[in-house]
Amino acid sequence: MRSDSIAPRFGLRLGLLGGAALIAVALFFVLGVPAGAWAFALKFRVGKVVALILVAFAISASTQLFHVTTRNQILTPAIMGFDALYLMIQTGLVYSIGGMATLSIDPVAKFSAEVVAMMVFSTGLFLWLFTAKSRDLHLLVLVGIIFGALFRSLSNFAARMIDPNDFVVVQGEMFARFNAVNLDLLWISILLCAGTVPILWGMRHQFDVLSLGRETAINLGLRYKRVMLISFATIGLLVSVSTALVGPITFFGLLVTHLAYRFLPGARFGVTLIATTLVAIVTLVGGQAIFEHVLGFKGTLSVVIDMLGGLVFLTLLLKGAAK
Amino acid sequence: MKSLSLHMLLALAAIVAMAMLSLTIGAADMSISAVWRGQGDDTLILMASRVPRTLAIILTGISMAISGLIFQMLTRNKFVEPATAGTTESAGLGLLVAVFFLPSAPLIVKMTVAAVFAIAGTVLFLRILDRLPVHEPLLVPLVGLMLGGVIGAVGTFFAYQADLLQYLGIWTTGEFSGVLRGRYEILWITGILAALGYVFADRFSIMGMGKDVSVTLGLNYRGVMWVGLLIVSIISAVVVVTVGTIPFLGLIVPNIVSRMMGDNLRAAVPWAASLGAGLLLLCDILGRVVRAPYEIPIGTIFGVIGSAVFLYLLLGRQSHAIR
Amino acid sequence: MIRINGVSHQIAGMPILSDVTLTLPKGGITALIGPNGAGKSTLLSLMARLTRIQSGSISFDDANVAETPTQELAKRLSILRQDNVLTARLTVQDLVGFGRYPHHKGRPGPNDVKLVNDALEAMALTPLRTRFLDELSGGQRQRALVAMVLAQDTDYVLLDEPLNNLDMRHARQMMIRLQTAARTQGKSFVVVIHDINFAAAYADRIVALKDGRVLATGTPAEIVTPAMLKDIFDLDIVVQQIAGHPFALHQIAPPSTQ
Repeated sequence: MRSDSIAPRFGLRLGLLGGAALIAVALFFVLGVPAGAWAFALKFRVGKVVALILVAFAISASTQLFHVTTRNQILTPAIMGFDALYLMIQTGLVYSIGGMATLSIDPVAKFSAEVVAMMVFSTGLFLWLFTAKSRDLHLLVLVGIIFGALFRSLSNFAARMIDPNDFVVVQGEMFARFNAVNLDLLWISILLCAGTVPILWGMRHQFDVLSLGRETAINLGLRYKRVMLISFATIGLLVSVSTALVGPITFFGLLVTHLAYRFLPGARFGVTLIATTLVAIVTLVGGQAIFEHVLGFKGTLSVVIDMLGGLVFLTLLLKGAAK
Repeated sequence: MKSLSLHMLLALAAIVAMAMLSLTIGAADMSISAVWRGQGDDTLILMASRVPRTLAIILTGISMAISGLIFQMLTRNKFVEPATAGTTESAGLGLLVAVFFLPSAPLIVKMTVAAVFAIAGTVLFLRILDRLPVHEPLLVPLVGLMLGGVIGAVGTFFAYQADLLQYLGIWTTGEFSGVLRGRYEILWITGILAALGYVFADRFSIMGMGKDVSVTLGLNYRGVMWVGLLIVSIISAVVVVTVGTIPFLGLIVPNIVSRMMGDNLRAAVPWAASLGAGLLLLCDILGRVVRAPYEIPIGTIFGVIGSAVFLYLLLGRQSHAIR
Repeated sequence: MIRINGVSHQIAGMPILSDVTLTLPKGGITALIGPNGAGKSTLLSLMARLTRIQSGSISFDDANVAETPTQELAKRLSILRQDNVLTARLTVQDLVGFGRYPHHKGRPGPNDVKLVNDALEAMALTPLRTRFLDELSGGQRQRALVAMVLAQDTDYVLLDEPLNNLDMRHARQMMIRLQTAARTQGKSFVVVIHDINFAAAYADRIVALKDGRVLATGTPAEIVTPAMLKDIFDLDIVVQQIAGHPFALHQIAPPSTQ
């Protein structure tokens, strides 16, 4: 692999992105702090910025990994029904043990269980399909989406069956919210994300080979099934983290990966991953700084980002990127 | 052919039986015998609420099934229906726009705006379709679902800005409980369009064989394409405005019928119509019985059943649809 | 009579056909031959109005392709393309039945039923008539598609590689069937054919295309000669006479050049 010789070519651009990310973070701390409340604001904002950076990383990495494994750059793991599964677990819990009991469970223990459930779902789906005759990856994605629809309908069904007072517990989880980050889960999220870094970085060359397709990858000696399995498990974990922290966001991953692909054309998986994460940090932290602290909007960023990402997707399709 | 028409009679008898059953179920206490004896309250409930509701269910079932059938012929893809092509979401966006700009306009005006949006969304989908590789049939619904997500994101953004978030729910879950005399009559438009679909059955069958065959057989390809597109879009718009979304109905019914008797629409349309009406009646009865006196929306019930059947279709061993 | 007059065609700036002028008399089989990329399929598409003519004109008898309504043309000429992706789930008889659509517009009469039955019989599909297309082998599906074109019962029939997917027996039967239709019913077939020996054995005339131009027109005896084949395919080919037909032994290099 020539990633070492390639690195200098993109060094400047990565540096620029890094600088922009630093500025975004700085803006987030500085903007709109009321006079004399520095200490308080700083403490409050540190947790938030860390959470946003984690989300930026989780979404970038999972989307990019998804593009490599499905060999299709117009998809995002967020459509695979992960968020719906997350929602169904919440509703199912409230339905079976009640709202108060759900609230009284230790959030870290609950979250750990949810992450495990989602990883089991993604790898299980993959294994099931892989042991079947068809190895069509589009089938896998479509099945994922339909499972999502099934989960969503089941949560709706359960929501109709539970007490309206209990429903409030679930409702808060249904929409993306960047301004009300779930800080209870910060430490475990940091640990989980950190855990994926050695996988992503250590296997970056294998992911490059994987993007050539199944036959070629096997021909080049890759342990295809194993790499795919690790990849899907990692995607499941990363999507869990971001959904738990801020809720479901569908098209953000598309937006940032394609900005990065455009900015660093032809770069390998590892280099692109750094770029994608930096772009995501700039967009998310910078955007939130401006939206929350300057414009005074609460919660609209997720809506704007989703729409922008969606428009990027449409442009891609109309330019024939799917071919 | 004789045994076929016998089956058809049996199917019609089953539908009539379910329609009768559907007339007698409901929150308000009412009995058919009381209507027969001429009791005013019971007659009012029957004529103002129960009959419109049952008729609405039948009309919706028929027209959604037929619009799915036609859509699959136009796109030559077994996984296309209004909800996997962005048509439904476009109609919903149109409804939002109409509610915002023309809040006091009559239903028919709002429906027209929704129809215009639905047509535009469908045209966009078909244009994107031209740019997709033909040999990847599963990519088509993926792209359509993503397109629906994008239009939904635009809708959410608009609703957020216009403070109409509660209206988003209108088109996301189909529900018949609000159907009363005076609010359902617009659905008869779908009945007319479904009949038009039957008149054009041969031409749609030929379109299902592709553009080259159509031209060879002297079909006005563009003209028939537009007829189909208008039928599908307007049916979707009317159903979204009056009832809401019933996901997968337009998808699974044509697939089952296609498996039973093939894609010669002259024969398939009546079957799709009866199966659509029958399934919807059944789900509606279920939704009213499971948690009586409360009601579970039909969109939720059908979401569970429909996605399960779709999964079966996707993963079923002899899935000719995938080829 | 088919008149092709000064037809040129470009795709994305690349010339595919350059000033093709041809006159083909009515009746009989015309074989279109030539190396890959010679423009055979494009020419057939233009003739059948599947692709819009960019310059020049094509007419069948008195009907100009660009000006005649498409429903009218559907009664005069039919085409079977090479890459038929049929996703619709139809039975064989339904498919062949749709070949009659230009004539009955959805209301088949007794004559339509008869012609469909004839076409099924001619392609030996009668036992398979109620089978769905997706239950057939590639060769059976190809025969069903040809039967559909035959059922359309037009004076002119354009076929792009109709022998695709057919085994030896069915390939020979297909060519015999086309020859019979040409001789007894006066039909005109224009057939793109890969196997030059089928062209030599069954065609009344051969048109050789190369690089988008007409290189030669003539009878099989005139075209299937070592000198001509060398011009068309840039290949030294031995030609032998068997039962009155020239046969090109193109699979092997001539002994002298080894």
